[in-house]
Amino acid sequence: MADSILQVEDVHLAFGGVKALRRVGFEVRRGEIFSVIGPNGAGKTVCLNCINGLYYPQQGRIRFEGKDLAGFKPYQRAALGISRTFQKIELFSGMTVLDNIRLGRHLHMKAGLLSGAAYLGKAAHEEIEHREFIEREIIDFLEMTHLRDRVVGMLPYGLQKRVELGRALALGPKLLLLDEPMAGLNLEEVEDIARFIIDINEEERWRVTCLLVEHDMGVVMDISHRVAVLNFGEKIAEGTPEQIQADQLVHQAYLGEEADVFTSRR
Amino acid sequence: MSSRRGAEPARRVEITPELTLPKLLVETARYYGDGKVAMREKEFGVWRPITWGRYLEEVRLLALGFTALGLGRGDKVALIGHNRPEGLWAEMATLALGGLVVWLYQDALIDEVQYVVDHSDARFLVGEGQQEVDKGLAIKPRCPKLDRIIWDDPKGMRGYDDPSLTSLAEVHRLGRELDARDPEAFERMVARGRPDDVALLFYTSGTTAQPKGALLTHRNMLKMGQNMLAVDPCKERDDFVSFLPFSWIGEQMMSISCGLMAGFTLNFPEDPETVQRDIREIAPQVLFSPPRIYEQMVRTVQVKVLDAPRLKRAVYQWAMGVGGRVVDLAFADRPRPAVLRLTRQLADLLVLRKLRDHLGLARIRHAYTGGAALGPDHLRFFHSIGVNLKQIYGQTEIAGISVVHRDGDVRYDTVGTPIPETEVRIAPDGEILSKSPCVFKGYYKNPDATVETLRDGWLHSGDIGFIDDRGHLVVFDRRKDVMTLADASRFSPQYLETRLKFSPYIKDAWILGDKRQAVTAVICIDAGVVGKWAEDNHIPYTSYPELSQKPEVQTLVRGAVLHVNKSLPSAARIQRFVNLHKEFDADDEELTRTRKLRRAFLEERYQDIVEGLYSGAPEIHLETTVTYEDGRTSRSKHTLRVVEAA
Repeated sequence: MADSILQVEDVHLAFGGVKALRRVGFEVRRGEIFSVIGPNGAGKTVCLNCINGLYYPQQGRIRFEGKDLAGFKPYQRAALGISRTFQKIELFSGMTVLDNIRLGRHLHMKAGLLSGAAYLGKAAHEEIEHREFIEREIIDFLEMTHLRDRVVGMLPYGLQKRVELGRALALGPKLLLLDEPMAGLNLEEVEDIARFIIDINEEERWRVTCLLVEHDMGVVMDISHRVAVLNFGEKIAEGTPEQIQADQLVHQAYLGEEADVFTSRR
Repeated sequence: MSSRRGAEPARRVEITPELTLPKLLVETARYYGDGKVAMREKEFGVWRPITWGRYLEEVRLLALGFTALGLGRGDKVALIGHNRPEGLWAEMATLALGGLVVWLYQDALIDEVQYVVDHSDARFLVGEGQQEVDKGLAIKPRCPKLDRIIWDDPKGMRGYDDPSLTSLAEVHRLGRELDARDPEAFERMVARGRPDDVALLFYTSGTTAQPKGALLTHRNMLKMGQNMLAVDPCKERDDFVSFLPFSWIGEQMMSISCGLMAGFTLNFPEDPETVQRDIREIAPQVLFSPPRIYEQMVRTVQVKVLDAPRLKRAVYQWAMGVGGRVVDLAFADRPRPAVLRLTRQLADLLVLRKLRDHLGLARIRHAYTGGAALGPDHLRFFHSIGVNLKQIYGQTEIAGISVVHRDGDVRYDTVGTPIPETEVRIAPDGEILSKSPCVFKGYYKNPDATVETLRDGWLHSGDIGFIDDRGHLVVFDRRKDVMTLADASRFSPQYLETRLKFSPYIKDAWILGDKRQAVTAVICIDAGVVGKWAEDNHIPYTSYPELSQKPEVQTLVRGAVLHVNKSLPSAARIQRFVNLHKEFDADDEELTRTRKLRRAFLEERYQDIVEGLYSGAPEIHLETTVTYEDGRTSRSKHTLRVVEAA
């Protein structure tokens, strides 16, 4: 059994009478791309929110690298190495691309308010070091050199998605939670983001474990190592993409959608 | 003979009978050492300098590494990639070991890459990264002589294990090994080079047939640089931005020939998308580009002006008017009144200087255009804002230049006078012939074409032109393109096309009318500019084809056509036109990689349109096949409306 980085055990979460998650449990292994799929309202995003601390499950446990996350605030979880992107873009639209990404790096800045304001020796050194990291590992990596100084709100949606990915990466995460990174993108943009996710996962300098929530089945089946399926807050299947595509329960959950649900829009 | 170098302490470059490009590199690099920057590359948002010492060292190691991999004298190396120092190093390394360099267009499709690699007998293909490696691997089974593919950028290259792949880092390592065993090896291989060795195998863009490979020697390239610099000396403190394809002779002229001779600094932009900003940051003193770059600059300004508040627009119009008046007087050799000169200074202070800065031309001393015709309106625009834009005329077969405008002697309709050591004459049938030490050796594996082009040392250009009373060469058009109009007069379609393209709304135009009763046009609107105009005027549209057929857009284009018609003799006026449903694209073979129209192909492909324009039908129904960048195709149907312009 591969070394697991995240364990979700028996998680329950209800909003009043609506049971958003029931007995959900799965394990993400270090180094894999693990996808969570399911029809609309199945609880996928809720699940991510529980992991990064926006919601607190009423029952069950979530462990990250063996540590129980109960009681950890979102920013504390970020400090542990959990980073995420959002389904609806959550960027500072009046700021530049570079500033948005730098914000993602903020957690790693050690200089205090005063020395930072005065830009003294150590603070300046630290600033340069982080700037270099951002340039090499994010701006260049995600092919955003021409966007650096552009204001985020003025960029097309597809590029904003890429900026958000960049900001999540700036944290230097061990686990990256991706909430529908392809939603609303055109075919070319989908291919770009899929390639970036594979790069983030496989490239020596990153090797980040990814937990992906996504509707584009073609992409999910192409790039995931393993897939879990949620339906009405319950996990109904888990396995390799091939196993999932052969699963009867999964087909029933998607009943009413078109027959070739597992092919992408290509 | 030396290049003139102004007030600076001159570094005299003498073209000895033994000089080659690599020998000149060694000489130049030893002269400057690490004390001067040979090139800069913008990387990670910072301009990083590379000294002449390092330039030579990189070339030395690569040349040794290539040798260790089995490359020898006379072998061909195909290169493909964006403008980066590594590309230039690989080129110089190949030349140093006595090899031949074949540059490919970065955006060439697989078939084009295959044709050139196979036809040139290239043994190595040096690419930038994954994209080029993929092209290389795809053509390798069909190019038996290709035995190694070299890559540089590691991005996305994990998981590639084809035995023919070698990284540039590995070439370096092999070079260092060979250097340790045999420290004199590089000097020896450079010393063996002869000026009459072929240096470059240049595949010309070919508006009609498959590209032909022109063989250019070291002497061709050196003489070209020398004679070009004799007209307009470059200073060693100058900056040049290298952003046009190395597979275009003009870029070789500046980056290699003039670069080595004058010792100026080459600057490589960060990314194709950042070129415009990077040029502005560098603000080069010298620029040589095909017309499309200047056309794009004009368009940028025109569009920004259309978008500006009324006051700004009025100030701009006034300043351009003043600039234009001064230029018109200067070009007509008439005196400029003192008041006008003073007003011109004010206009410069308020508007023109800022325009130059925004276009990256703040420090420009010489701007050149060549490779195709630039419209008189464009030329006038640049002189109006105070940019010394000059035409260069020449072919790849004469190392890119035979004629250029001299400072203070620029004319809208001419291309200037011959550079030193160059003779230009007009054949009885009107064809432009030229002769100089830069005339090429012939076409590779194509003796028929060589005999046809090169007769008694005279290069037959295929262009029709004449020499005017001031000794300036006037280029009319390609011989095969010259049209005979209804009144039996001859006319240049290219001239009409460049005039039309001065409208910001028109991206491309294709003029028809040879031996027909009327002149007509097929027009490609500029998607960005017209799209913005449509938005501002609340005209809804979803796609380019739809936008192009909107009656409002057709009226807009009609206005531009009527404006051009005003200054034309009646037989040459455009009677009617259609807006095409797509932009011309090199991937569809409608343009060459240098963006020249491939007329014969267009006539065949758009036969229905040609017929429709002359049949009197109000609409043309069209069925076409579209090729996407990844090679997929799809069929589509369109209806184009014929617009009367008379």
